[in-house]
Amino acid sequence: MQEHILSILIFFPALAAMLGFVVHKDSARAYGITVAAIEFFLSLWLWNLYDPMTSGMQFMEQAPLVAAFGINYLVGIDGISLFIIILSTFFTMIGIASLTETRRVKDLIITLLFLEMTMVGVFAALDAIVFYVFWELSLIPMLYIIGAWGGPLRIYASIKFFLYTFTGSLVMLVGMLFMAYFYYQATGQWSFSLLEWYRLILPLNFQLWLFAAFFIGFAIKVPMFPFHTWLPYAHGQAPTIGSVILAAILLKMGTYAFVRFSLPLFPDASVFFMFPIAILAIIMIIYTAMVAYAQEDIKQVVAYSSVSHMGVIVLGTFALNVEGISGSIFLMIAHGVVSGALFLLVGVIYDRRHTKLMSEFGGLASVMPRYATIFGIMMMASVGLPLTINFVGEFLSLLGFYKQSHAFTLVAGTAIIVGAIYMLSAYKKMFFGNVTKDENKHLKDVNMTELLALVPLVVITVWLGVYPKPLLEPISHSVEPIVQLMHDKAQTAEAQARIPNLANPEAMNSQEETR
Amino acid sequence: MLEPIHISLASLNIATLAPMIVAIVGALTILCIDLIKGGLHKSLYVMVSLLFLMIDLGLIVDFGNLFIQNGSVSGMFNMMLIDGLAILGQIIIVAGSMLFIPLALTSKRFHEYNYPEYFSLFLFMIAGFQFMVATDNLIMIFVGLETASLALYALIALHNRSKSFEAAVKYFTMGALAAGFYAFGSMILYAITGSIEINQIAAVLGADHYANIGYVLLAISFLLAAFGFKLSMVPFHTWTPDVYEGSSAAMAGYMSIVPKIAGFIVSMRLFEFLVHSGVVWLQVILYIAVVVTMTASNIWAMVQTDVKRMLAYSSISHAGFVMAAILIGTTQSNTALFLYWALFSFTNLGAFTMLWVSRQKNLLPGQSSDHPFEKFSGLIKTMPMAAIMMGLFMLSLAGIPPFGLFWGKIYIIASAVTGGYTVLALIMALNSALAAYYYLKLIVYMFMKEPVKEYGKYYLVNASLSLKTIIGIAAVGTIFAVLAVNPLLKVITLFVYNSGY
Repeated sequence: MQEHILSILIFFPALAAMLGFVVHKDSARAYGITVAAIEFFLSLWLWNLYDPMTSGMQFMEQAPLVAAFGINYLVGIDGISLFIIILSTFFTMIGIASLTETRRVKDLIITLLFLEMTMVGVFAALDAIVFYVFWELSLIPMLYIIGAWGGPLRIYASIKFFLYTFTGSLVMLVGMLFMAYFYYQATGQWSFSLLEWYRLILPLNFQLWLFAAFFIGFAIKVPMFPFHTWLPYAHGQAPTIGSVILAAILLKMGTYAFVRFSLPLFPDASVFFMFPIAILAIIMIIYTAMVAYAQEDIKQVVAYSSVSHMGVIVLGTFALNVEGISGSIFLMIAHGVVSGALFLLVGVIYDRRHTKLMSEFGGLASVMPRYATIFGIMMMASVGLPLTINFVGEFLSLLGFYKQSHAFTLVAGTAIIVGAIYMLSAYKKMFFGNVTKDENKHLKDVNMTELLALVPLVVITVWLGVYPKPLLEPISHSVEPIVQLMHDKAQTAEAQARIPNLANPEAMNSQEETR
Repeated sequence: MLEPIHISLASLNIATLAPMIVAIVGALTILCIDLIKGGLHKSLYVMVSLLFLMIDLGLIVDFGNLFIQNGSVSGMFNMMLIDGLAILGQIIIVAGSMLFIPLALTSKRFHEYNYPEYFSLFLFMIAGFQFMVATDNLIMIFVGLETASLALYALIALHNRSKSFEAAVKYFTMGALAAGFYAFGSMILYAITGSIEINQIAAVLGADHYANIGYVLLAISFLLAAFGFKLSMVPFHTWTPDVYEGSSAAMAGYMSIVPKIAGFIVSMRLFEFLVHSGVVWLQVILYIAVVVTMTASNIWAMVQTDVKRMLAYSSISHAGFVMAAILIGTTQSNTALFLYWALFSFTNLGAFTMLWVSRQKNLLPGQSSDHPFEKFSGLIKTMPMAAIMMGLFMLSLAGIPPFGLFWGKIYIIASAVTGGYTVLALIMALNSALAAYYYLKLIVYMFMKEPVKEYGKYYLVNASLSLKTIIGIAAVGTIFAVLAVNPLLKVITLFVYNSGY
């Protein structure tokens, strides 16, 4: 069973969703929680079986799908994907557990279970087409969640979400077909296996075009400036559960794909585009932080802050060294936990007041003390307070990029302070001062169900903030071979200088001195 | 006194005619049954037609085995040519027809199915298409094309509505024009090469290094226009939406698949040698035609208010997409064409059958067409299974993995990449994004809007067990397509490669 654990992990939720059609609608929620909990424990078991000392792929499975065209069902995980998979199963579980939606719960739960399959599938896939299949399939449940349970503009928002990401990924698909064709030219065989592609060394101009094709697909998903315009609509209209999954997991697909595809496949192009992308990332951090400050809707504040932090993740990824990439992967998980929690918290207050406007609140700290405390912790984590989970990731990402450019890191570091401004000001508007509205005087504090979802998140936030080693170590173990592979494949002198040589660090230092 | 001509019967190779003869005998049998005893139930005719089509298919598969062993077979003074393309084409034609003919078994009565002539015309039409693909003789192609088309016009008109007559007459007029173009084009080719066989024409043109290039181009223009009409390429597509709207959904679905594969095979035979011998003008024209057909029809489809018209434009766009394979003209792209069309048949069969099962007898007040989008509003709440099925077919048409059409789509785009048509590959990919919009529109209506009461009683009103079975077959074919892709690819590549395409 151990050798098939990844397939079980991928297809168990889908199978459960199929059977879920039969479950009576009153029991659907309990069914959903059960399935998601089993899935979560399966993923924990995966962590238990995972050997952190091995750097390569583990639990690999292979089966031919379209052998004549080189498409195989190929899955496997390393330290990078392991924790994102656990994050996905975890958020699906607490998302279903804290569900307050009352309209057509059964449909929603079945949709969420299908979504869980696609999420685990994306992060476990090692074949480009399998990856693409799950990547595209994940759009459909999300389309349905936003479109059927969302706010007044839900249809516009869901279609915009779908078409944006779909267009981007089609360009990426053409890029994948080109990669497979180059592989075919080099070896005489079709293959979409990522591990086979890793061995391919492409000329720089091919790398640049292919990097661009993949970049469009990934950047829209992240979403990077200037492709981010779909996200505020999607978040603004989506129900709480939709926003939570979107922010915590789906956006990570883009940044994860950068690490999995763009960097090791196109090392020279990555170096070539490093500074343009860094500029985009910094614009993204500053611009969305400023936009967030101007919002009146608390959910939009959280949404824009989430985009802003994705900028730091991209910056860390394109530091192209172990610190930066490990930091950005850690930050992906941290960002998932924190922004997921913030969206859940916004959902809590929305359920009580059916408004998300900050002007409607004020002085909530005295009415809902427990709520204010949890919100406060999460907000501090989002700002990047030391000893919280976000700090570790942000610090490492910036440290990594500091090795490439001091000036950029300085700007990015300052930009994070802007994040503190809007978050603290939003917190002030909502929680401090006098209770101005009568409706707010008798709001109930968070109840047991909500605590059940929120407390674990708080625990994780603090625990991993103080002691990040259990995650950080396997992650950097798996990042090292990627960086080494990039260095070995690099052809241009600049790329060889920028990407550290881990196998033989002295050689590199002497190289730098001689130049 | 003329010398008597001695021809050995064996050299005629009459067996090459066998599949078509089976279809024709079937048609005549149905007429005879009606002569002996009239007023029989339609289910009898459906089953008799199915039986003959099964024999037909069996014979073709038998030819397939022969082909793998011995290569192409020709007969009747080279009039008939059974090569890989002919076999694949006939398989798609006959199998497609077998899937569509049970759609006559609706639970409501439609008067066209009470005429045995309907079924006999149907079989004649199939024989016509089979002749069309199983030859490279220009006259034989013409005869097959016209036999099939005339039967098809009559079948459309039999659906007794004022719009059906309009559709039939429109189709007939356009078809006649196309036939005229075809005749002119073939005539010019005959005039400059002295042959009516495509491979002879290619040989003669190649031998004199395209000395008469002006005439060749003129001939190609006529032929392109003729097949432009048949395959509904922009700007010759104007009849398509009206004809689809006028005919029954079952017939419209049929028209979107079977006649087109016949057209594709003939275009493949006619145009590919020209593209390969460097007739740049044709390459440019085809390139423009492919891109415009895909893009323009996608944009028109977005603004339709009727699902059937939307699907009509979508099928134009799919035809344009597949026409790109003929432009690329490699073995891989020709393989992709057949793969795409086989997968497309299943999905389109499902989509049109879903429309067909909720066909109303009379329009409601204020309803402008048979299947407005509002009709499907909120289907997930009233009939979840039907909504999921329809959603599945829409997603497959939009090319969302892992459903059927996705595999055809990546293989065609991959063949564009391999063939060196990078920009074309990108245009094809981006067109799928355009297309996603209108397929999503139906999904939005079904899954995200509230039901409209008046339409409620018409969902699945026509659904008999056999129709549901057909939908089930289409759904299974769409979902599990990935398992069929590898064997299909192997077989198709073998057939296409060994026919020299």
